[in-house]
Amino acid sequence: MPLTLLPIRRKALIVSLQGGHGFQRKLRVMGIREKQAIEVVSKQPFRGPLTIAIGSCQMTLGRGMAQKILVEVS
Amino acid sequence: MIRKIVLMGNPNVGKSVVFSRLTGANVIASNYPGTTVDFTKGKMKINGKTVEIIDAPGTYSLEPSNRAEEVALKMLGEADVVINVVDATNLERNLYLTLEILERDVPVIIALNLWDESQHLGIHIDEKKLEETLGIPVVPTVALTGEGIKKLVSRIKEARTSKDVKPTSEEGRWIEIGSIIKNVEQVEHRHHTLRDKISDLTIKPLTGLPIALGIIFFAFWLVRLIGENIITYIFDPIFDNLYMPLVMRLGEWLGPGYLYNFLISQTFGEINFLESLGMLTTGLYVPIAMVLPYIIAFYFMLSILEDTGYLPRLATLVDNIFHKLGMHGVGIIPLFLGLGCNVPGMLATRSFETRKQRFIAATLLSIAVPCMAQTSMIFAIFSKLKIDMIYAPFFYISLVFITLIILYFTAGFILNKFVKGESPEIFLEIPKFRIPHMKTLLKKTWMRMKWFLKDALPWLFFGVFIINLFYTLGIIDWLATAFKPVMVGLFGLPGETSVVLLSGFLRKDLAVGTLLSFPVGTFSAMQLVIVATMLTIFFPCAATFAVLIKELGIKDMIKSAAIMASTAIVVGFLLRIILLGV
Repeated sequence: MPLTLLPIRRKALIVSLQGGHGFQRKLRVMGIREKQAIEVVSKQPFRGPLTIAIGSCQMTLGRGMAQKILVEVS
Repeated sequence: MIRKIVLMGNPNVGKSVVFSRLTGANVIASNYPGTTVDFTKGKMKINGKTVEIIDAPGTYSLEPSNRAEEVALKMLGEADVVINVVDATNLERNLYLTLEILERDVPVIIALNLWDESQHLGIHIDEKKLEETLGIPVVPTVALTGEGIKKLVSRIKEARTSKDVKPTSEEGRWIEIGSIIKNVEQVEHRHHTLRDKISDLTIKPLTGLPIALGIIFFAFWLVRLIGENIITYIFDPIFDNLYMPLVMRLGEWLGPGYLYNFLISQTFGEINFLESLGMLTTGLYVPIAMVLPYIIAFYFMLSILEDTGYLPRLATLVDNIFHKLGMHGVGIIPLFLGLGCNVPGMLATRSFETRKQRFIAATLLSIAVPCMAQTSMIFAIFSKLKIDMIYAPFFYISLVFITLIILYFTAGFILNKFVKGESPEIFLEIPKFRIPHMKTLLKKTWMRMKWFLKDALPWLFFGVFIINLFYTLGIIDWLATAFKPVMVGLFGLPGETSVVLLSGFLRKDLAVGTLLSFPVGTFSAMQLVIVATMLTIFFPCAATFAVLIKELGIKDMIKSAAIMASTAIVVGFLLRIILLGV
């Protein structure tokens, strides 16, 4: 399922990334890659951005981007 | 022969702190990605030889996605040696850039920074093994305290190209990183700490928004409190008790004449720091006793916000609003910096990805964001000028700022509709919270204060001189008469307003200061509100203008300037109808 549907603080694994090649690279260099454990820390209302945690690292990204990250509850 | 050393690394890993440690030079470092958007040059000695050292903006990879990262890439091309600053708490991600750099034929040494922090987090890195695997020197450092820096310097000469790293594909790099990490890093399982809990609270909408409002309110309350107290207890007593007798003695010695008028006061024997318009009286009093205290207060507050790492959290919370204005949440950072001085605000727009975002951010900054120098003068004229006021000074000051806030949103909303281009979504790293060191805060405040004095004092001195000269030559009266029809006709303001707006080209605090030169009663309180507001919108000061040309290019700059001028006219006219009722 897309990351946007993952409940807050539920542990999951990244299964695959969608979108253009450049976009995928941009995610990967920030640490968002296949097989990484991921959690959603918060979701801003009105289709606002998500804040996620990967390892000891947190980042905020827009809904559209989060939609393209497919995860699986672990 | 080493001539040029370049510091490279991911954003917010402490490159600027390492730079300060190496060169002894002071650069602004903060706890959020993108503090450095341009390169800074410095010098250091290695074995008695002077080498140039460059602090490059942070980048995640060598394929740039914004202007700041382009600068970093350019710097790499000029390097004889690269010091790759790596965040030890985030080794895996940082190694991507490391491998990319190593694929180029340039000698590299790694500073494994934030070493203490990684220990805290239960991340154990075998730096010897990392050194062996990569085939280049690796030195653990804690740049904030200076730990490991000496060793880093002594090992710079060992920097070398790696024999083991061969150019490969993106996927190849990740596979390599995977095997390196398995070899050198061990991570303990860790529980949610208090810091994590606070961090969560500040970023969840339900708790985050009230906290944000509280912090912003507290921040500005702190600025006023510190600013006012510095004036009341430090600068006013110094000027009244120590400086006044000196100036009076000088005045007696000079006797009446032009020199007296220029240096001390337009009227012989009467000295009032606020209204005398002498270079040694008003020319010094305005920048030092009226503006400087607020500059100190503001930058102290900003340093706290920067060094704790709060700003990216705020950016997350306001992202939605900023999208309506054609930007994303990161727009809060140029806005905050711009409240201090528009110049660093303009530079901060470089962390945006597209032209549309940069254009809107820069234009809104010049239209609706007054710098602290101007703000402090607006505070001063309403609380110190003896004009008839129906309401408390705070009421008039609020009118100015409420108008500007409404304008920021309205103009942004409209620009978003009409400016072509894309507004990509936010993608921003959230740094860990850190408790700022008092010493670092004071040092940052001190640096920014020095910039202000270096920048502002000569200009204000020059400005007071010019105004005196124009008075003597009758140019001020001529301007006031010449522009009277426009000012009265359009805005219901006296012709003297033209002088204020024109001096705004030089500096905004000077422009508000020229109000002091007119006889009390030339402007009513409501008219002052309109003048102060129009002054913000109308045109940026010379320094900001220069940066604006550089950042936007001539064509966009002309567009931006046209928007500013027409907005000033529209808002001035509307305010006239609303506030003056004529």
